[in-house]
Amino acid sequence: MANYTYEHTPDRGATAGVLAYLGTACAVLLLMMLVGLLMRLEQAQIIDLGANWFYELMTLHGAGMVGIAGIAGAAVMWHFLRQYVDLSPGIFLANLALFLVGVVMIIGSIVFGHFHAAWTFLYPMPSQSMGMWSQEAAALFMGGLLVIGVGFLLLHLDIARAIVARYGNFARALGWPQLFGHDDGNAPPPTVVASTMVTIVNIVGLVVGASILTMMLLNLYLPEFTIDAMLAKGMIYFFGHVFINATIYMAVIAVYEILPRYTQRPWKANKVFLASWSASTLMVMFIFPHHLLMDFAFPQWMLIMGHIIGYLNTVPILVVTGYGALMIVFRSGIRWDMASRLLFLSLFGWAAGAMPAFIDGTITVNYVMHNTLWVPGHFHTYLLLGMVAMVFGFIYYLGKPGQNAAEGWLDRAAFWGFSSGALGFTLSFLYAGKESVARRYAVHLPEWLPYDRVGSVFAALVVASSLLFVLRFFSRLGAAGRDYARAPLAQGAAA
Amino acid sequence: MQEIAWQLSLVLMTLVAFGFGFVAINSGVREEDYTPLQKRGYRIRSKLFWTLVAVLGPAMIYTLLDLPYGASRTGNQAGPAQVVEATGHQWRWELSRDRVVKDQPVEFRVTSADINHGFGIYDAEMHLVAQTQAMPGYTNTIRHTFTAEGTYRILCMEYCGIAHHNMMSEIKVGSL
Repeated sequence: MANYTYEHTPDRGATAGVLAYLGTACAVLLLMMLVGLLMRLEQAQIIDLGANWFYELMTLHGAGMVGIAGIAGAAVMWHFLRQYVDLSPGIFLANLALFLVGVVMIIGSIVFGHFHAAWTFLYPMPSQSMGMWSQEAAALFMGGLLVIGVGFLLLHLDIARAIVARYGNFARALGWPQLFGHDDGNAPPPTVVASTMVTIVNIVGLVVGASILTMMLLNLYLPEFTIDAMLAKGMIYFFGHVFINATIYMAVIAVYEILPRYTQRPWKANKVFLASWSASTLMVMFIFPHHLLMDFAFPQWMLIMGHIIGYLNTVPILVVTGYGALMIVFRSGIRWDMASRLLFLSLFGWAAGAMPAFIDGTITVNYVMHNTLWVPGHFHTYLLLGMVAMVFGFIYYLGKPGQNAAEGWLDRAAFWGFSSGALGFTLSFLYAGKESVARRYAVHLPEWLPYDRVGSVFAALVVASSLLFVLRFFSRLGAAGRDYARAPLAQGAAA
Repeated sequence: MQEIAWQLSLVLMTLVAFGFGFVAINSGVREEDYTPLQKRGYRIRSKLFWTLVAVLGPAMIYTLLDLPYGASRTGNQAGPAQVVEATGHQWRWELSRDRVVKDQPVEFRVTSADINHGFGIYDAEMHLVAQTQAMPGYTNTIRHTFTAEGTYRILCMEYCGIAHHNMMSEIKVGSL
């Protein structure tokens, strides 16, 4: 086995492009959190927006959160990946520009066109609105998603180009020579391995997503061009699953890069790491039938495949990334500041969220829990407490005024507010799922209201804490762009 | 089943929290030489890996033994299946019958006349006992034997538009 030692990499500030991504992500994230809070308050019957507004907000929240998770994840990946490969800043900015165009189209379709077929836009719902929205509103929504998808596809093609230019091919960038041969300690760094995985799966996912969007746009204007509803659903969930999961795999790069700087310990791509990322590349693409377990007409072998991969998928998360963080932090003398706290918390959130997720992917459990609030319960655990915490950790790291800068009590209070709020919020969803509360209902039955009210309190705590994180980041934008040491030396570490 | 899923999730999430909490508490004093820690860590990781294989492997296989897809579910139940044709519409359920007999298998043949819906059967305590998707162009079949009399409700389990939450129906389960 190769011997790995820590090699210090200087902390670099973010480019203007990365800051534009993060600024956009933070602003939209906060807005979408508020939308989510409104939805919980409506379900709790604390406010009265009406079903029309609820479903419009639900569509906005879903599409907005998925999009912004992609933008935030891409910012983390691009920031660190450019240390190793030559990326195009022009393409990076073009993706953001296309994203903003798509956002305007989506907001227009919802606010002015009253489109509310959810972000999953299952065929043939966009074209069968029962008079609730026009053909143009549906086209604007799906066109907006298509524009955003094209932007991300361009970005990933550029990343693919840069990786291949530096490493020769994807196999080398995934470290296959070291994985299947002698581990000489020269495997690509974790950031490159993770970025390669994300690039492969997202290119495939985005092409599938763009294909079904194009087919459905055609169907809008040429109704005689029909699509098999099962095929459409499979393509939508393939694209959706791959894209949202890729956001976590992009954001976790912040953990791989920043925690070693805080602990002065190596997080290298050894054989186990490489094996897990190669396995995840395949699993992320082939797990998607676990969204279709209640579509009994779907090929049964694919449903069983979704069940099995759901179990297998937890292993890399727990044993490699989650456990890897525990190893480098244990007796490291790490100094706990907002960045290190949030990044450590994020891996807990990811690992903890994987538990109710794989349980939901068990066919017999799914039979009585699919499309209950158990589903948003588990995905909010690994996205809010996992992915979003990774991004918050990253922005605190970028904006940290100095290596040994002290933090105020307000930031620490917000950290605990976010942690407990997110945990309470997700557990209220999970508990409601256990009680069979159906998902995506504007109006809840009286016996469901207590869970909604508890969830609303915790959601408000999450929003308030996130507001502080975001305001802190905007107030430190100047520092975030400069090159200087941010990660403090661990206690007792040799300088 | 829901109770098991909840308790199991809580136990597993607590174990994960315990691991992270233990490491956070033991992060303050640095052990400068990382190599021995790494070796010990890798040994523990191997044990963790094999524990997961030993626990999750059989669980994964065991839970595949009783899938809701096959006809075998009601094969050993008494009497012929009572067939209920169920069709989803925006926003109502059309059922070929709304009364069935308990302790005899019921076959729900579920489809949709327009867009995707979800056919969820709730018992009198509003707990979900079975479901399948209602999809245009396909028929999904649930085979379920009711063991308790009462009024069961059918709720839509796939978002289908403005009145999704109102798309409810009832089915009465009685004795012969």
